Amino acid sequence: MLFTMNTNAPQVPKLKKRAGLTDTNLLLIITIAVFVVMYTCAVAFLGEGFAKPQQFFNILNENAYMIILSCGMTLVMITGGIDISVGQVTSLVAMCCAVYLDRNVLYPDKFSEPGAPFVAMLIALGIGLGFGLVQGFLVAYLEIQPFIVTLAGLFFAKGMTTIVYAKQFNVANEAFKNVKETRIEVPGLGSTNRLGNYVPAYVEIGVIVAILIVVLLFALLRWTKTGRSFYAVGGNNQSANMLGINVKRTKFIAHVMCGLLAGIGGYVFFMHVGSGSPSHASGAEMNAIASSIVGGTMLTGGVGNIAGTFFGVLSMSTIKIIVASLGLDEAWWTNITVAAMLCIFLLVQSIILSRKNKAKK
Amino acid sequence: MEKSSLLEMRGICKYFPNVRALEQVDFTLREGEIHALMGENGAGKSTLIKVLTGVYPKDGGEIRLSGKHVSIRSPQDAQNAGISTVYQEITLCPNLTVAENMFIGRTKGQLTNWKKINTHAGELLDSLGIPALPQQQLGSCSIAVQQMVAIARAVDMECKVLILDEPTSSLDEQEVEKLFKLMLSLKKKGVGIIFVTHFLEQVYEVCDRITVLRDGQLVGEYIIEDLPRVKLVSKMLGKELDDMADIKSDADTAKIDYSSTPVYEAQKLAGTTGIKPFDFAIRKGEVNGFTGLLGSGRSECVRAIYGADKVTGGIVKMDGKQINITKPLDAMKHGIFYLAEDRKRDGIVGDLSVRENIILALQVLKGFFRPISRAQAEAFADEYIKLLKIKTASSDTPIKSLSGGNQQKVILARWLLANPIYLILDEPTRGIDIGTKIEIQKLVLKLAAEGKSVTFISSEIDEMLRTCSRLIVMRDGRVVGELSGEDLTQNKIMATIAGGES
Amino acid sequence: MATSQNLLQPKQTTGGIVTKIFSKQIVIPLIALMALVLFNLIADPSFFHITLKETNDGYNVLAGNIISVIDYGSELAILAIGMTLVTSSSGGQDISVGATIAIAGSVVMRVLCGENSAPTELQSSIIVAFIVAVIVSMLFGAFNGVLVAYFKIQPMVATLIMFTAGRSIAGWINENKIMNISPECSREFAYFGNNIPGIPVPTPVFIAAACMIIIALVLKFTNLRLYSQSVGINPNSSKLNGINPQTVKLITYVILGVCVAVAGFIKVSRLSTINYSTIGKDIEMDVILAVALGGNPLGGGKFNITASIIGAYVIQMLTTTLTKYDVKSTEIPAYKAIVVIILVVVSAPVVRQKMTQLKKKLTASKVGKEVS
Repeated sequence: MLFTMNTNAPQVPKLKKRAGLTDTNLLLIITIAVFVVMYTCAVAFLGEGFAKPQQFFNILNENAYMIILSCGMTLVMITGGIDISVGQVTSLVAMCCAVYLDRNVLYPDKFSEPGAPFVAMLIALGIGLGFGLVQGFLVAYLEIQPFIVTLAGLFFAKGMTTIVYAKQFNVANEAFKNVKETRIEVPGLGSTNRLGNYVPAYVEIGVIVAILIVVLLFALLRWTKTGRSFYAVGGNNQSANMLGINVKRTKFIAHVMCGLLAGIGGYVFFMHVGSGSPSHASGAEMNAIASSIVGGTMLTGGVGNIAGTFFGVLSMSTIKIIVASLGLDEAWWTNITVAAMLCIFLLVQSIILSRKNKAKK
Repeated sequence: MEKSSLLEMRGICKYFPNVRALEQVDFTLREGEIHALMGENGAGKSTLIKVLTGVYPKDGGEIRLSGKHVSIRSPQDAQNAGISTVYQEITLCPNLTVAENMFIGRTKGQLTNWKKINTHAGELLDSLGIPALPQQQLGSCSIAVQQMVAIARAVDMECKVLILDEPTSSLDEQEVEKLFKLMLSLKKKGVGIIFVTHFLEQVYEVCDRITVLRDGQLVGEYIIEDLPRVKLVSKMLGKELDDMADIKSDADTAKIDYSSTPVYEAQKLAGTTGIKPFDFAIRKGEVNGFTGLLGSGRSECVRAIYGADKVTGGIVKMDGKQINITKPLDAMKHGIFYLAEDRKRDGIVGDLSVRENIILALQVLKGFFRPISRAQAEAFADEYIKLLKIKTASSDTPIKSLSGGNQQKVILARWLLANPIYLILDEPTRGIDIGTKIEIQKLVLKLAAEGKSVTFISSEIDEMLRTCSRLIVMRDGRVVGELSGEDLTQNKIMATIAGGES
Repeated sequence: MATSQNLLQPKQTTGGIVTKIFSKQIVIPLIALMALVLFNLIADPSFFHITLKETNDGYNVLAGNIISVIDYGSELAILAIGMTLVTSSSGGQDISVGATIAIAGSVVMRVLCGENSAPTELQSSIIVAFIVAVIVSMLFGAFNGVLVAYFKIQPMVATLIMFTAGRSIAGWINENKIMNISPECSREFAYFGNNIPGIPVPTPVFIAAACMIIIALVLKFTNLRLYSQSVGINPNSSKLNGINPQTVKLITYVILGVCVAVAGFIKVSRLSTINYSTIGKDIEMDVILAVALGGNPLGGGKFNITASIIGAYVIQMLTTTLTKYDVKSTEIPAYKAIVVIILVVVSAPVVRQKMTQLKKKLTASKVGKEVS
């Protein structure tokens, strides 16, 4: 039996039907295509600035945290849920880390030593994990709608941020500043500046973290049982249950991971800005959702891809830069363009999927 | 006892709020046996199976597998214990590929080996003759193929116990044949199979033993030879049954004048759903049927008549006058109503009460700005609950908590209340117990006697023979024959469907 | 085993009434409201004091915490009406209401002030400004509705577009100028957000009441309830019953648009000015909370507008209570979150089920002991 199969293998297309793309892959291809076209146009028409590799790396530096947050969002969205607390958790993490690192400045009578960056990182992870665990428990085991649970999470983080410290301040901690200023040079991609000096291209530590996370999560979603069960649960959670998948645990894991990623993203954000403020990262959750959607994740669940999310974040930030460099610098243009792009993307997705469904019948 | 018992369920109890779904039920499955689990809708078959597979926790009793006590708390536990299940509704994930659906949740280790899964799935699909590719997204396959994939998954699991909960309702005859072959070969290997179905023929074709449930209680376990069909039916219903034979006699009395102007007439009606343009007419007091294999376009035809799918061409006349039907509301305004094939998806509005479900169509016809008063609605609902003997706690009960047969009666009530001229019933008896089936058939004939026109579609040919005076036969999206009078025999229909005539 | 079965029957009858009351949807927000009232009664009964205060103009107006709950809860209650309908028909929420309030407010100011940021007289009558704002809001509601109904985009995502762009559009309408209508320019304009001279009850209360009466009449004399519930529960069946699901969804979004315009109008009238980035900020979250608190399933289907409205006032009362105890406005969300979590956990079906099971077990063991 097996043997005959193999000999027949070259002539397999006897069904005359191609397997076709899965929804996930179709949307991924669109996303990558759009990003490539957009970036090429930017390079072609906006000239120099965009042609430099550093421009690309700057986008990464700016958005490393957003990539991480969006990855977490994508995980939850694939299981059919949502987490709108990530933006405020980022803000809370940044504030807590800032206050901890500068404790000797803010509370000189209690502390004489500044905080250690490593401990700050643990604090960040702890906060993220805490949010993930509580929200995951409420969503998965008590079956409360994720929107409401994470909305409460958003409120809580928002309030807590101002309770921890109400004003914006820059961190003065020396050890942290060293970490923050660390730049990793990318060999061979530098450029010469106007004076003729060679300026090496660099990325920040956060970018390395973000890329590591993207790779890890991509592998997780593609090849592990846990990752595949995310898709199954998002596709149809009753079916997934019947197929022998622990739906509750899967949802729980997704939320915990999202929370943890919000913690990591929060620290990466903090490393980039180096300050604490109640207004930090406000609206980041919506940005993360938008990036995930542009990256081909569907809010209905079961469809999405981490690679798409990565390109989704890049697309969103590229369009912002394009708008800014077109001279449309009134504040409203950026938001309106981003919204327009989101709108176009949603329409394209909606039309493609509905046509595909029609063709099936 | 010639074979050792594989699975024993003793004193199983299961309660839902206000309902005793199972009361002290025993069930025994032996090695290498195909065991039919029979009973009307609401008898507790599905509940028993869901208890066995860990979907519902049981409220009492014991389950033993190969003599050992097992506790099954989730479908995963059941899978690990060697119990695999194919449910009536497709319980696969439409967004995953065919191969993944076959293997997810039962591979060892954390990593997925895509190559291995795809080749293995390919072999399985080939050996079972399922026309699908492993990398194809499941959602892009037809319902029948999806059901076969579910069966392939269950079969491949090296299970000791295989449960088939009405797997045949969406399969055509050839596929059912394939399934039976598969069941027999598994039986030879010593697998115990629990088979739930509404088709009596299928039971007598493959099963060894029958366990009958009624109202959540065990009626008895029988060897198939000891229980002829009539007896089985009477066990299931709890009463002797002789209604079945004399249904038709009333129908024959109603003579239809074929020279009169048809109540409804369509010429070259065409739609987007893959059917060829067709002509069709129905007269006052006539019951006709569309028949053909699954996917032959019989549902698509009636959906085109009702305007449920996009209509692209053709002339439609009512009482000789040309009318225009492009959406369901147009059809409804002309007194044409359609009871959809898929009750759950297209029929009931689950969370709404029985009353609201009954008045829905009439309400829509009256218009957005003229709501029916509460008192009036209650009167209507009570009238039809009584008339159709709908079993419900009150007219306020959400329809989704009723059994399948009663849900179907509510939908029927909805259309009857709106006073149809021409009523289209697409598989009104699917997945419904025999008692209700007969009630519905009788109702159809009564409607015809009252001068209404009815189109009745069913996948059971004898049901059609009993009710219809004219049959339109379809194959591959086109009308291939029309049978009436003398020609209405099982053989003739089969021959026309198969294509011997044309 | 046998005893537990015998116990099953009588318990259902005695527990029946209690469970029946508790299964009513409206109980959830009512209990929350009662808990808040009780807390305030015990902690500080002065919360309920209502006084007559003289304003600068020499009129007497009612003042006190309760009055401010009813007053400031008006916008929330009005929006909750629309949000409940949208939730019911489309199974999702509109997160752009805050942003579209900014647009509505901006339109009102634009029509009233024209190009001038501090006009000496109104450029048109207030009613015209209101009507224009309603029309514009309906258009934006329709935009959301079309995306949801015809392009089948999930509501939260579809409205994310207006959420992102709304405030920018609001700013763009007035070219980012801060418009200001001084009392010298128009005394009447401030009436709608404050008090009409001689009437001690704040005007927004009347506006909210009018909205409630209108929606009650609409629900009574049309089939909006039946249609939107059917569409929310099963769009396929609804379609085969002659209901057009797309139209119904679109209508609910347009209705929400009207609610947004009314709320936006009150908001600008309260301050006689507009700040595009803060007007109605985060109000969408409060409104969605109100709907959820009202026990309406956020996945669509059955709804109860009264419960949503009570939910809206509960949230406003919570805010007012917290403010009374000197909680900073920026810190309020944290407390709100805790209250919300407690509420949803208590009302979660899973938790309720577990509780009844626990109760059953306890009583069963008690009876068991008595028997032995």
